[in-house]
Amino acid sequence: MIRLPAPKPDVMARRPEIIAGLARLLPADALITEDARMKPYETDGLPAYRQMPLAVALPRTTEEVAAVLRFCHDNGVRVIPRGAGTSLSGGALPLADAVVIGLMRMNRILDVNYDDRFAVVQAGVTNIGITKAVEADGFFYAPDPSSQLACMIGGNVMMNSGGAHCLKYGVTANNLLGVKFVTIEGDIIDIGGTHVDAAGYDWLGIITGSEGQLGMVTEVTVRILRGPEGARAMLAAFDSIPVAGAAVDAIIGSGIIPVALEFMDRPCIHACEAFAHAGYPLDAEAMLIIEVEGSEAEQDALLARIRDICARFNPISMKLAESAEQSLAIWKGRKGAFGAVGRISPDYLCMDGTIPTGELAHVLGRITELSQQYGLGVANVFHAGDGNLHPLIMFDANDPNSFARAEQFGADILRLCVEVGGCLTGEHGVGIEKRDLMTVQFTPGELRLQRNIKSAFDPAWLLNPAKVFPLEDNPVLAA
Amino acid sequence: MITEAALAADIARAHAAREPLLVEGHGTKRAMLRPVQAARTLSTRGLSGITLYKPAELVISARAGTPIPEIEAALAEKGQHIIAEPPDPRAIFGGDQPATIGGIVATNLSGPRRIAWGAMRDHVLGIRAIKGDGEIFRSGGRVLKNVTGLDLCKLLSGSHGTLGVLTEITFKVLPAPEASTTLAVTVPDIAAGVRALSAALGSPFGVSGAAIINNRALIRLEDFSESVRYRAAKLRDTLAPHGDITQLDDPGLWRDIRDGTALAAAPDDAVWRISAAPSAAPAIAAALPNAKLLFDWGGGLVWVAGAATSAMHQAVIAAAGAGTYTLFRAPDALRGAVPVIPPEAAPLAAIGARVKTVLDPAGILNPGRMRAGA
Repeated sequence: MIRLPAPKPDVMARRPEIIAGLARLLPADALITEDARMKPYETDGLPAYRQMPLAVALPRTTEEVAAVLRFCHDNGVRVIPRGAGTSLSGGALPLADAVVIGLMRMNRILDVNYDDRFAVVQAGVTNIGITKAVEADGFFYAPDPSSQLACMIGGNVMMNSGGAHCLKYGVTANNLLGVKFVTIEGDIIDIGGTHVDAAGYDWLGIITGSEGQLGMVTEVTVRILRGPEGARAMLAAFDSIPVAGAAVDAIIGSGIIPVALEFMDRPCIHACEAFAHAGYPLDAEAMLIIEVEGSEAEQDALLARIRDICARFNPISMKLAESAEQSLAIWKGRKGAFGAVGRISPDYLCMDGTIPTGELAHVLGRITELSQQYGLGVANVFHAGDGNLHPLIMFDANDPNSFARAEQFGADILRLCVEVGGCLTGEHGVGIEKRDLMTVQFTPGELRLQRNIKSAFDPAWLLNPAKVFPLEDNPVLAA
Repeated sequence: MITEAALAADIARAHAAREPLLVEGHGTKRAMLRPVQAARTLSTRGLSGITLYKPAELVISARAGTPIPEIEAALAEKGQHIIAEPPDPRAIFGGDQPATIGGIVATNLSGPRRIAWGAMRDHVLGIRAIKGDGEIFRSGGRVLKNVTGLDLCKLLSGSHGTLGVLTEITFKVLPAPEASTTLAVTVPDIAAGVRALSAALGSPFGVSGAAIINNRALIRLEDFSESVRYRAAKLRDTLAPHGDITQLDDPGLWRDIRDGTALAAAPDDAVWRISAAPSAAPAIAAALPNAKLLFDWGGGLVWVAGAATSAMHQAVIAAAGAGTYTLFRAPDALRGAVPVIPPEAAPLAAIGARVKTVLDPAGILNPGRMRAGA
């Protein structure tokens, strides 16, 4: 288990005063302090970790967020920013002496502009909510993390969320124009705007993916894009993982950038097929789902090119969707992958390392060996075009030994990712989960540099402390 | 040839002596932003060469001093290209040396394709760099998706060498298109031109360039041949209400837009770049009646050429409105006397000063390049 810093005794002792102070800044319904009502905020998408906070604030305006931050700053109170609480890395896990600031009530779409192709939304608008607001006019917001029905754009900014379609459309950082940023001192700063490439330091770039370490974001200006005329998927199944990996290389090498290129291994294919009855080939060792965009004729041409490439790798089977319905059927199993694995295992950990795609066969081979060594099942589903792996490690949460082994197994996978030239996390963030592995990827000097940049924004380390950076050698938190 | 270690040792010595350094690659953009107050130049020109290229992974790494044409040639051999289409600074700044990859990333310069595919900084996957005290650090890596730790790649991109000396850059590349074509719509004025570009960019046809020169709105398509043919025909229908349409296949056209050559600045003109919401373009044009203008990025990037005077600079600032401006080229007298980029709100400036101190404690890297006294 990951260690959390001791609560500040002075803050715990002053809890009634702190709550009274917050109550003066917020409407009565925007402050939660009873245990029963704080319960939903004690964990996030990494439920193995739970901690009741000191209080929960649910502001409706940027000014309220700023007032709470200023108050916490002046009183030395730690703060945990929270969107929808879908973080798979424990990014929104509370601390006992911290105030959770939840953004879910800031859920208004403020402006949509099709001429200049942007939308201004509050941080608590869901990811899908942006697309819903513009899709009747043919537009969409591109990054599509699998939690997109629930996750909020403010959380997406803080975690630099990706999704299945970022090979073509990029991640959150590539789809932002501006944010309303609130510092720990309570200053409200507009960064960026409705234009691209603001002159000066790229504050938007360093804030995106900063996991709540630098400040909070209350409004976001995103790029919206006109959707393609259509999209269609195909499925190709192979009798070995290296062969499927070579097919991926050949597709990318041919000059085609599919809008999505997903990979599933045998255990994952079986789990998904049992769950979704999508018609997946059960005799395959590896399966690709490849999606292309354009008019019907363009889709036909691209799928034909990809089919010809895959044919060179002796596929067990291929299936080209001939309609949007058939395409949905191909996607049905993949979209339900996490739920499908949840059906065959009581609990699972979803890992998120990225590797150079050339290392695919080697890494999946090692993961299979580790699975045998730890005696835990693993199913692999991931974004093959960009090398972002999502091994799902199956364990039993009622067995502490099983959870401990799952955590060690996961850590070994991430060490392996770094060893072959990849990284600890492609889109889920470091959070609490991967904090103590940061020393695997970064030198002490590099970690010190990143911590010092955080200190430039948050000198007293009040913002989401104990996440991202290991506690060791930390001059503020180690005390 | 020099090594990263030697460069780091040199910077450590300068740090100890509090000796300011003019940091540059080939020095092609020395006349950009403000004059640097430094007696000694530290160049990355000797730090050159491609260190990794994996076409199937869409990734290339090169030392900072590697000339852009060398990278473009290596990519072209495998049918790939630099996504952001960076300008060749020789067109605006003169000189005979090409830009280096370090210089392009340090200035975050992008060409016409930025409107569809993102800026140079969007494609930087990893960096190696030297802090102002000589310490070498890495950020990011060589994989396409990476959210591990703070993204210092973005912080250093566009920091004009003031936060660290880039020594190696890893970035994403894409397949070069099989075919390309341009539709030219004849329009009566800038407002009509921007409307035509917005219609094109708001279509499902994957426009990868959208510029206005004189009375022509120019729209580029890049893709497989059959797609370009199909999309050009569809776009002609979409754009028919906006004016007469001709189809051009002049490969030099987008190079001239990319490099700012199409601006036709006089030798003694100053040059600005304004980035604003595209719909602001007509007002910007109206506010600058005595300037030469070139519109790219759907109308959101306005190249301005005009008299190198403080009055003209004030007019550009006023015209930029809620957007952002950069004094791109000017004589020392002007660029040393005016804010060359917009000032920041006080709380942000305070954070910026602390970040600068973290990365360059003695303030020796390109002092004064972006702002007076910083």
